[in-house]
Amino acid sequence: MSRLYPVLKYGAILGWSAFVVAPFLWALTTSFKTINGVTSGPRYLPWLQYEPSLQGWTSLFGGTGGIDIVQPYMDSIVVTLGASAISIVLGTLAAYGLSRFKYQLGFVKNSDIVFFFVSQRIMPPVVLAIPFFLMLQFLGLLDSALGLIIVYVALLLPIAVWVMVDFFNNVPRQLDEMAMLDGCTPLRGFVLVVLPNSLPGIIVAALFCVIFGWNDFFFAFTLTFTQTQLLPVAIVALNSSVTPWWTLSASALISVTPLVIIAVLVERFLSRGHLAGAIR
Amino acid sequence: MALGVEPPAPSSEPGVPLSRTGRRPGQLEGPGTARRYKLYFLLPGLIVLLLIILFPLLFTIRVSFSSWNVSQPGLDWIGGSNYERLFADARYWASLGRLALIAIGTVAIEYVLGFALALLVWREVKGRRFFRVLFLVPMMTTPVIMTVIWRTIFHESLGPANDVMALFGLPAQQWLTSSGAAVVSVMIVEIWQWTPFMVLLLLAGLLSLPREPFLAAAIDGAGPIRTFFRVTFPLMVPISIGAIIIRLIEASKIMDTVYVLTSGGPGTATETSSYYIYIRGLRDFQIGYAASMSFAYLVIMIVSLTFIARGLNRALAGRRA
Repeated sequence: MSRLYPVLKYGAILGWSAFVVAPFLWALTTSFKTINGVTSGPRYLPWLQYEPSLQGWTSLFGGTGGIDIVQPYMDSIVVTLGASAISIVLGTLAAYGLSRFKYQLGFVKNSDIVFFFVSQRIMPPVVLAIPFFLMLQFLGLLDSALGLIIVYVALLLPIAVWVMVDFFNNVPRQLDEMAMLDGCTPLRGFVLVVLPNSLPGIIVAALFCVIFGWNDFFFAFTLTFTQTQLLPVAIVALNSSVTPWWTLSASALISVTPLVIIAVLVERFLSRGHLAGAIR
Repeated sequence: MALGVEPPAPSSEPGVPLSRTGRRPGQLEGPGTARRYKLYFLLPGLIVLLLIILFPLLFTIRVSFSSWNVSQPGLDWIGGSNYERLFADARYWASLGRLALIAIGTVAIEYVLGFALALLVWREVKGRRFFRVLFLVPMMTTPVIMTVIWRTIFHESLGPANDVMALFGLPAQQWLTSSGAAVVSVMIVEIWQWTPFMVLLLLAGLLSLPREPFLAAAIDGAGPIRTFFRVTFPLMVPISIGAIIIRLIEASKIMDTVYVLTSGGPGTATETSSYYIYIRGLRDFQIGYAASMSFAYLVIMIVSLTFIARGLNRALAGRRA
């Protein structure tokens, strides 16, 4: 048993790792194929099994049979970062208030307000899509980055509040007090003393906002058409037309790579124990 | 808005000492100033969320009582006939049942796998930082985009999925075109994408556990299996319940994967509630009917999630005693 255990342990770890990596490796090898490499059955190794070509990658930048990926990339960055920034500012303020002060409106108390924020995640996108469509139409913001940012704030604000409330609950109140003793107003104390000490929590909240913002498809799909086009929409549009697999694969890889860097950051905060409070 | 300013009752914060100024920590200013300042913190976020969410919700409820469709757009009043139609719509209830099956099935598998993987990279493993990162990667990637890749993997003759089956001596499958296999394919993609989320939540929980119970178990000479059932698992129960509920909420919204992988097909074999509502609402433009389906769906989700949360609490926490 004791000699078998490490074998089983590393076997399981490597087995799951293979499952995790497989789609990326398949996409990577497919992105260098041409028509012959794809239509003659599954091929894996360049040079040995098929003749590699850069066609898939050049087609992303205006090459033949492809798309221009630069504009959707920029739109995705603008919308994701814009909505994340607004959500973090509003969410951090609200979470600090909910963690430090007592609010009451009739029977509504702090815990109910927190629940209201977090419960927005239960709403399936399809329920909101039609009203959002009409709302943005009314505001003249259909098919615009600003319209999407407004919609994404509704999706990301609950995440920011959820992460930050638990974070502030674990920050000692003595810290705020010292600021008050020095004669700061709550707002000043918050900005000068609490915020700098809350950076790990804010970064974790920001990472989650960026992940969920960058990865949304449905709202971008229903609320934008031609003027603004986010990456997932651009790539799925390729999927439904007769786009070759090499272009699909290259575009998929280029759009998910930045998020892999975020995985490294999330792991850092995880190992330092900064994520523990957020899930209780 | 009359948000009252009752200062926190002293008994509500046991163990927090009074500060030098005699004020309770958390009660930062005298009542008059506190009222103003505490609203500055909460209101911007709350008002923004209410503005963005309240309109769609109220609007959906109102539209669900109208006959709004592609030929007659507008808010007339037809009473509850959309809801009558809904109760007789077998396709709607079938999509709900399918959603329950897929969501509960994937989340159960994700929980078991995620817990096992989190335990594996918790301690004493070579390269654990590397494997932790690797185990998180799929949840960072865009679901629709990775599903586009999965679709090429599941291609019957040109994709590698059937190669892998042959490697294990298993028969080739019609991954996306036979109804049973299509459900399995959707579940495989979901499990690939979201098991990392379970790993993240459960590993964060494991890393925050106190050390003393484990030392005590070691002194008592408990083996790894005994330690797990007597110490680790009971300590992880609250985190487990939280993680399962969060994943169930997210899994119940499943839509992107289905849209790209199977479009609900073959037939309606992988059509979940969100996808059916999408077809009726945004493809057929039966806005009124889709709104009634949406609202009924919301109510059903909230009720069933409450029951599931209670059931989980009883089932998992009961074992601790």
